[in-house]
Order: sequence, then C-alpha cells, then structure tokens
Amino acid sequence: MGALNIENVKKAFGQVEVLKGINLEVTDGEFVVFVGPSGCGKSTLLRVIAGLEDSTSGRVVIDGADVSATPPAKRGIAMVFQTYALYPHLTVKNNMGLGLKQAGTPAAEIDRRIGIASSMLSLEPYLARRPAELSGGQRQRVAIGRAVVREPKLFLFDEPLSNLDAALRVNTRLEIAQLHRRLKATMIYVTHDQVEAMTLADKIVVLNAGKIEQIGGPMELYNAPANEFVAGFIGSPKMNFVDGARLGETAKTIGVRPEHLTVDAKSGAWKGTVVHAEHLGADTNLYLDCEKAGLITVRIFGVYNAEPGATLYATPDPAKTYRFGADGKVLK
Amino acid sequence: MSTATRSLPRTIGAHAVLLTYTVIALFPVIIVIMNSFKSRAGIFGAPLTPPTPKTFDLIGYTTVIGQGDFIHYFQNSLVVTVASLFFVLLFGAMAAFALSEYRFRGNSLMGLYLALGIMIPIRLGTVAILQLMVASGLVNTLTALILVYTAQGLPLAVFILSEFMKQVSDDLKNAGRIDGLSEYTIFFRLVLPLVRPSMATVAVFTMIPIWNDLWFPLILAPSEETKTVTLGAQLFLGQFVTNWNAILAALSLAIMPVLILYVIFSRQLIRGITSGAVK
Repeated sequence: MGALNIENVKKAFGQVEVLKGINLEVTDGEFVVFVGPSGCGKSTLLRVIAGLEDSTSGRVVIDGADVSATPPAKRGIAMVFQTYALYPHLTVKNNMGLGLKQAGTPAAEIDRRIGIASSMLSLEPYLARRPAELSGGQRQRVAIGRAVVREPKLFLFDEPLSNLDAALRVNTRLEIAQLHRRLKATMIYVTHDQVEAMTLADKIVVLNAGKIEQIGGPMELYNAPANEFVAGFIGSPKMNFVDGARLGETAKTIGVRPEHLTVDAKSGAWKGTVVHAEHLGADTNLYLDCEKAGLITVRIFGVYNAEPGATLYATPDPAKTYRFGADGKVLK
Repeated sequence: MSTATRSLPRTIGAHAVLLTYTVIALFPVIIVIMNSFKSRAGIFGAPLTPPTPKTFDLIGYTTVIGQGDFIHYFQNSLVVTVASLFFVLLFGAMAAFALSEYRFRGNSLMGLYLALGIMIPIRLGTVAILQLMVASGLVNTLTALILVYTAQGLPLAVFILSEFMKQVSDDLKNAGRIDGLSEYTIFFRLVLPLVRPSMATVAVFTMIPIWNDLWFPLILAPSEETKTVTLGAQLFLGQFVTNWNAILAALSLAIMPVLILYVIFSRQLIRGITSGAVK
C-alpha cells in the first residue's frame, strides 16, 4: 500500500527542460525527501507525481498501476501545500471533509475520520472556525488534517514549513515526524532546507538542475557524498572547497567540512587570519582567510575566543577530507 | 497618518485641491438636480440659485410621472443594464480564468485579441451591427441592446480580471483538484469569491456607460416598447419647444439607480483598487 515508481520522467516547458529523466523507487512506508536549490525541479517532480502537471515522457506508477493518465483526485494521494491552500469559505471541518464528500463517502464515515484526524492534530476546538480565524501553525495543521482524512496511499508535502516562523517550524516538523511514525504511510516531502531533509527523511533525494545527484539515507549523504554538489549541499555550515593545485594535490578540489577542521594558535597545516567569528554558544563559527586555502569556515564546538585579525592555524582531519575529480565526482 | 508625517500647510493644500476638484465634478449634477425642482420661470430667471419658496415647483416630476411610460423606460434601462452586466461579468471572468490558468498555444495572442476591443470603439461598427440585427430580426428588442453591451463591456472585463486571476494562489486551485473538484467548481466556488473586489471594479466601469448610452437605443431599439430612460428623456426635447422641467426631472431620476448600484459596489471597489498596493 503506497509504493511509488518513477520511470524516466521528463518534463519540458517549451524549450526549457526542467526534469531530465528521473528514475526513482519508493517503497511502502518510506519517508522520502526531495531536496535541492530553487529551480532544481523538485516541486515540478512532486506535481507530476500528484498529477497536477503532465510529464512530457516517462511513467508514474503507484502501487503497480500506471497513473500517468489518472486525474489527481483518483490517484489515492493527498497533498499539503506551502501556502496551506485552505478553502476560505469553508469551516475547518468542511475543509477536511470536502475531498471525501466529493468522492461520495458516507457522512458518518467522514465524521469518524475527521474526529480521528482532529484529535491527532489537536484541532478539535477549531472545527467550527474558518481559516481566516486561525493562526499560521493552526492553518498548516488543518492542511495536514485534510490530507490525513483522505487516508491516501501517498502523502505529498510541498515545502509545508516554509511559511511558518522558526519556532513553529521545529514544532510542526516534529508533528510530521510523529505522524509518519503513527500512520506508517508513504510520504514524499519537498524542501530546500537541508536541515528538514536530514531530520525527517528515511531517504533523501538530492536534485540539481533537473537531475538526481544522489539518493541515500541522511548519514550516507553526509558521510559519503557522491559528488561536489551533494557534499556542498548537505551539512551546515557548508563544506569548504579548496583548489587542489594550491595545496599541491592531484585532485581538482579538496573538500573538508567546517566541523572536521581543528584550529591552533601556534602550528597547523593552513595559516590564516580570522576575518569574522560567530558565537552561537553551543558552537563557534570562525571565518579564516588562509594563505594556502583561501577563505574557509571552521566550526568549533563550544566557546572559542578569537578576535578578527588574529592569526590561527587550521588543520583538516585527513580521514574526513574528500577529494573531487575534475568532473566533480568523489575520487576513491 | 501619524503626526510625524503630517504638516498643517500640506494638509490644507491637499484638501483645497481635492475640494476644488469635487466642486467642479459635482457642479453640473447639482445644477441639474436643483433646477429640476424649480418652475420654468425659476430655471431661466436664476439658473444658479437653489429653489426658493417662490420658484419651487414639482411640475417637472409630475410631467415625467404623468407621462405613464416613463416607469416602463426605467424598467427597460434596468433590464438592459443588469442583464448586460451579468453576462459581461460571467463571460469576462470565465475568459479571464482560461487565459490566466491554462497554458495553451496562442494564449497571449488570444489575450491580446480579447483586449483589442478596449482600443477600438464599438460604435465604428454601428452600421454592420444594425445590418446584423435587421437580418436576425432583433431590431427593437432589448436582446439587441444586451448583446451589443455585452460585447462592448467584455474586453475591459477580460483585461482587468485576468490580471487579478493571476494573483489567485495556484496552491488553492490545485488543492481543489486533488480533492476532486471540477474546473467549474474551482472557478465558481474558489476563484470567483477571491476576485470579488475586482469584479466590482469591472461592474462599475461597465455599468455606467451602458446606463447612460443614447447611441445604441436610438439606433437599435427606438420603439416605444423598448425605449431606455436616456432615450425617453429625448421625448421632452423638441425641435421648437423644449420642456426643461421634465428633462431635468427625468435626468435627476435617472441618476438614482446608478447611484444605488454604485453604493452597493463601491465598498468592494475601493478594496479592488487598493488591493495589490497594500499587502
């Protein structure tokens, strides 16, 4: 119940090719996150899965059935949108029930499902209200509730947290994770935020310029990125890339994550000057302008006192240094 | 406005300019209404003074009301205006929805074609329209007027509404599609309520020229049965004798229905004009 196969899906808008042949397999109950920079085609791919957009070629298969020509309402999916997309003229209850009503579900069954979903999302006090009378977080919960009551094979989330403020985003993220554990449903989640991807996903699909760069679990992507793009995209602050030639290496580019660098005031591999220091309490980000490596970021756990202008030596952890070839791929 | 951004001379200046404009704009209307309550001698003796007990006379209104058919002319005007307005809004909104929502070959060309009517006055085609109406036997019917006015109002309606429809959230329409709503339900239940302010704007811009039009009623429907108010008022305008009391009274009465419709739409109208500017 809820397996998805995408076979060589291509999508072009006129001359512009947005998806350049996507192949993907999602097993039942998986939480898959599509992540990538804006314009990489992740939302388009989600809309193709939903049936809101026709693919130029290729097949979308849900539970073994080719749904490429099936209208969205008949695909057994539910979608949560970035802008909530609640019906402004309907109450919370009717917002959640509309899809079922359209499908001809008996009223008693609709009420039962709304009851379950609203208690799951603590929406009971608001059932009679209209969307305009709710806060942003409540609205997004209603939108999630509207998806839940449909009991779909596939949940689709299109950047559901982007319109929420930081604190609410963390809470709602937690709620979505719990929801997934509880419903054991297949979920596909689109985001440009790699933190959301890392925290929620069973499997992350990194997209760039209409192509899949890498598919894998969060730690797999972090520890063994396939190429320079994935290495730079996953992890925050971003991985440092240094020109291999400047370090006298054979590889085109050397990559090392900010947290895999150590600093010392007296000696080390790369001598540099502190440009800026960000003190976050739990950790400190130092920006160093190095003679050999250029501008790099160093992440130190805990408090570290460094004034701009001071001289420091940074040393990369050799076990956690990545080497990339001229084509951007990791050199083994 | 806070006190920090307000200066007294500027406020006075702004008010002076606006008041002057209001006076200029209202002057003819007030003259018409004032004089409609005066006797013939009063109108010609002192056209700019308000009615005094000496010059006050309801002769104009009694003539108009006494001329039994006038109620009928009003009805005609109202039927034509409301029906045309309805069709302009319905078809205009539907065309605008199609243009803004669906990607198809020639979309922008079609939009341009539909908006062309804004630049070309429909009156240029009067002869052809008359021939068409004669051929289809629609001369001297209200249907002829409704058809012409619908055609006249559509270009502006399509133009304005398609701009506003583009602003309606795609997510909302897609949510409807996923919930299994038909495109018609999405249009009527989700999109139309959200563009209501702009519909009101279009309604006002469409309604006033239709109500005031003399040209097409005179050419297409001059019969006693189908006369509109503006045409009916011509009754009192003779080649040799003009009944000014009756004309002024008829015009004053003719203002009322548009004014009422305007008040109904104006609250929405202001939101339509300012939306997009704020938020």
